[in-house]
Amino acid sequence: MVALPARERPQLRCCGASGCRHAGAGPLLAALRAAAAAGGPAADDMSAGASAALQPLEVRSVGCLRLCGEGPLLAWDGPEGTRLFGGLAPAAAAALVDQVRGVASLPLAADPALAGHQLDLEQPFFRLQRPLVLEGCGIVDPECIEAALAHGSYAQLRRVLHELSPEAVREQVRRSGLRGRGGGGYPTGLKWDTVALQPPGRRYVVCNADEGDPGAFMDRSVLEGDPHRLLEGMAIAAYAVGADHGYLYVRAEYPLAIERLRLALQQARQQGLLGQGIAGSSFNLDLEVRVGAGAYVCGEETALLHSIQGQRGTPRTRPPYPAQAGLWGAPTLINNVETFAAVPVILREGGDWYAAIGSGNSRGTKVFSLSGAIRHTGLVEVPMGTSLRTVVETMGGGDPDGGAVKAVQTGGPSGGCIPAALLDTPVDFESLLALGSMMGSGGMVVIGQGTAMPEVARHFMAFSVNESCGKCVPCRAGTVQLLALLDRCLERGATAADLEALEALCAMVKATSLCGLGQAAPNPVLSTLRHFRQEYSAAPGAGR
Amino acid sequence: MSVITLQVDGRDVAVPAGSTLLQAIRAAGLSVPTLCHLDGLDPVGACRLCLVEVEGGQRLLPACASEASEGQVIRTDTAQLQGYRRMAVELFFAEGNHVCAFCVANGQCELQDVAVAVGMDHSRFPYQYPQRSVDASHRHFSLDHNRCILCTRCVRVCDQIEGAHVWDVAERGSDCRIVAGLDQPWGEVEACTSCGKCVDVCPTGALYANEDTTAEKHPHPERAHQLRRAREHQQWLR
Amino acid sequence: MSAANPCPASAAQGSGLDLPGVRPSAGPGSGAVSQADALPGQEPSDGDERIARLIRRQGSQSDGLIEVLHQVQEIHGYLPKPALVQVARALRLPLSRVYGVASFYHLFRLHPPTEHRCAVCLGTACFVRGGGALAVCLQRRLGLELDQAREDGSWALERLSCIGACGQAPVLLLDGVLFSALPVAAPLAAPSAAEPAAEPQGLDRWLTTLGLPAGAETR
Repeated sequence: MVALPARERPQLRCCGASGCRHAGAGPLLAALRAAAAAGGPAADDMSAGASAALQPLEVRSVGCLRLCGEGPLLAWDGPEGTRLFGGLAPAAAAALVDQVRGVASLPLAADPALAGHQLDLEQPFFRLQRPLVLEGCGIVDPECIEAALAHGSYAQLRRVLHELSPEAVREQVRRSGLRGRGGGGYPTGLKWDTVALQPPGRRYVVCNADEGDPGAFMDRSVLEGDPHRLLEGMAIAAYAVGADHGYLYVRAEYPLAIERLRLALQQARQQGLLGQGIAGSSFNLDLEVRVGAGAYVCGEETALLHSIQGQRGTPRTRPPYPAQAGLWGAPTLINNVETFAAVPVILREGGDWYAAIGSGNSRGTKVFSLSGAIRHTGLVEVPMGTSLRTVVETMGGGDPDGGAVKAVQTGGPSGGCIPAALLDTPVDFESLLALGSMMGSGGMVVIGQGTAMPEVARHFMAFSVNESCGKCVPCRAGTVQLLALLDRCLERGATAADLEALEALCAMVKATSLCGLGQAAPNPVLSTLRHFRQEYSAAPGAGR
Repeated sequence: MSVITLQVDGRDVAVPAGSTLLQAIRAAGLSVPTLCHLDGLDPVGACRLCLVEVEGGQRLLPACASEASEGQVIRTDTAQLQGYRRMAVELFFAEGNHVCAFCVANGQCELQDVAVAVGMDHSRFPYQYPQRSVDASHRHFSLDHNRCILCTRCVRVCDQIEGAHVWDVAERGSDCRIVAGLDQPWGEVEACTSCGKCVDVCPTGALYANEDTTAEKHPHPERAHQLRRAREHQQWLR
Repeated sequence: MSAANPCPASAAQGSGLDLPGVRPSAGPGSGAVSQADALPGQEPSDGDERIARLIRRQGSQSDGLIEVLHQVQEIHGYLPKPALVQVARALRLPLSRVYGVASFYHLFRLHPPTEHRCAVCLGTACFVRGGGALAVCLQRRLGLELDQAREDGSWALERLSCIGACGQAPVLLLDGVLFSALPVAAPLAAPSAAEPAAEPQGLDRWLTTLGLPAGAETR
């Protein structure tokens, strides 16, 4: 979490995740380390008589501190608890270090280099979060396994290997009510059972880290911010289903995540937490990273398997499901990053404890990435069933210019747009589906009053055209025709016949496409037709 | 051999366990249109013409690539399926450049047959008129990309029966096209044995023998099945 | 080990983001094996030893094809045909299969990269914050469609679908350097808006300062 309990010895946590790096975290971190080194002795030189001013100052690079839009983010933990700063320039580093050491000439609020950069940690954006998957993200140094171990990583893996049978592990996951966080929402325990109960033989475990939905960066935050939690969850899963080999399939667009994951794997092997005889048990597991090459469709599980096998990322008909016949025909467990990352906490606290969070058939917490026309862009983890209004307006702060939110897009190119009037909808699998959208992986893009909804639909259809693999005709040719129809509607306003044709083709593509990408490609059109139909027939949109 | 029973369009039918829905439909004396499917080749379920409804199922299933199971109730010809099939065929016509009147396969074209079967006389979707080329570099055969529907029968027959794997699909989405070798002129691809199986199984006039002109193509789609039977079961069918 | 920096092993800072390959629209089946390329039928004069080494290191397994192609692209900046022939032979794969894979994934380039590359993010967050208008502006300036390159090899315009800089939307990458929170005047206007969005003059001026050529050139 962002705020830590008060601590005597101060430390600085600088966000080193992609979002903040894009905003200049690298130079800030370097400036802070230089200022910390210049002001006092190195930490290991500290002598008992050192004055407060010369106390060693720990400057850590950590994972996502959540409020990405205010980056680069910096947390200062000290005797008064945590203070958070956003948008600091490297030039402000010395001033901040002076404040931390208590040698600044001005009070914090009066320091021109720092005033105005402090962020309120009591605001709902932080207060309403319930970090489970992101428990260690923002606290541990993701490049340091010692930090992860000190924070409790791998403790559940060790316990499970020595105390629980694979069946007992699956029992906890079943009880937790955890459902796949990649979008489909398939019950995780059931999937694990299906793999475990296949006839004896080789099995694989695969992590889907091909987070492709535009506007979604939850999985990236876990990969970049707390990779050991993911590896622990995957190892527990492998033990529970009897797999001894696995792959993490990461999109190539996440270079930092790939680096950190590779480093984490190497560190875990060195510590005997991967490889042969893990943690002194008889359990073996090796994991490899496979890097994608720019294909959204590889997030579809059968396409992903083809890609791991070095083939074109085209999906195939299911059944058989990967749980029955996956990589090289062997039973294969595929879950996404967030699903695996939820496993350690479920084992630690128990399935029933986890199931007590959330609502209806959606248990536990869900991580969302908030972006678009919203005041607070960033990452939130909230209990399932929290209302969209709470997430978007209370936590996200609504429209940055003070206008009203027009709609919220969930589920990326497979999801839909939910109008502002329905913001009281609880965020759970069933409620979003009922509105013609879907949970998806957790990207939430807020759309302001200035944006025309048919343009949004067109944007997603252009995405689907560009990402269709081309194997089946409804998706390959149908999306092209849908895009042409949308263009026509946008150029001269839709006639009743246009809308009829649009809906008929949407229905056909949805019902007959081979994989999830094609089946869901019409959703943005259908949901905007459902909730914003009048905009299709209105005067042509301007600005394109 | 265990047997399963199911119902297709109201007719009870028994088939060996492991049969596909398509085999069950045929066993019931019925048919569904197919384009990418060919007996003797592994199914891919890409053309979506053989989709059928399964009672109690959430999604339509491709008959060619789905295993029949005990007690299933299948419908192959509902109004909704008819509508989807017609649209699929229209999409095929609109995405390529298909001019039956002077096509080598006129009268011998499975796309044409399917269009008749689903009652398509014109496409409601605008024709895309893509820029495509003809590869006439091979001594015996030619490939006209304008007529290709990406069924991948040529890719599969060359890989699974001939074992040469001359063909594959390149690019993706609406840019997909069949390529020989490293995107080379067909005639320069060393791996090609000039066996002609790809031409035999091509459902349209995309692949044809050089000596054939308008309406002269004589495809032999049955050969894939015959060769496979001979290979795997030592049974020579004619 | 220093308490201030307990973990010396750290991933390199600031790794560059690779961009999707731009494919000049070669006609289907154009079979563009130029004379300069080694023809697959011939023995390549001398297989690149670097490529041979990386394939050996990878274990010469055919399922490592994508990994190998990534590394070949790191060496050459793109995937030259002779290199693809070498990869196919070493992994014992059909040429068409290697070509099929190389052309499927958008990050693989089959042509040498242009001198400059401008990539505009069209992720949803960028889109609702004016990324679409930005793309239109760039298309006009460079005289290029998205995912198209100038034939003289000077500029390419590429589309990105979300690089995760949603907090700084809209963004673009110019030769790999990120520029964020671009001054795009207004997002795509709703049909109810009386006037079309103002020409983003500020944006145009700003792009000039970045060195983007002004005004469309003939393609």
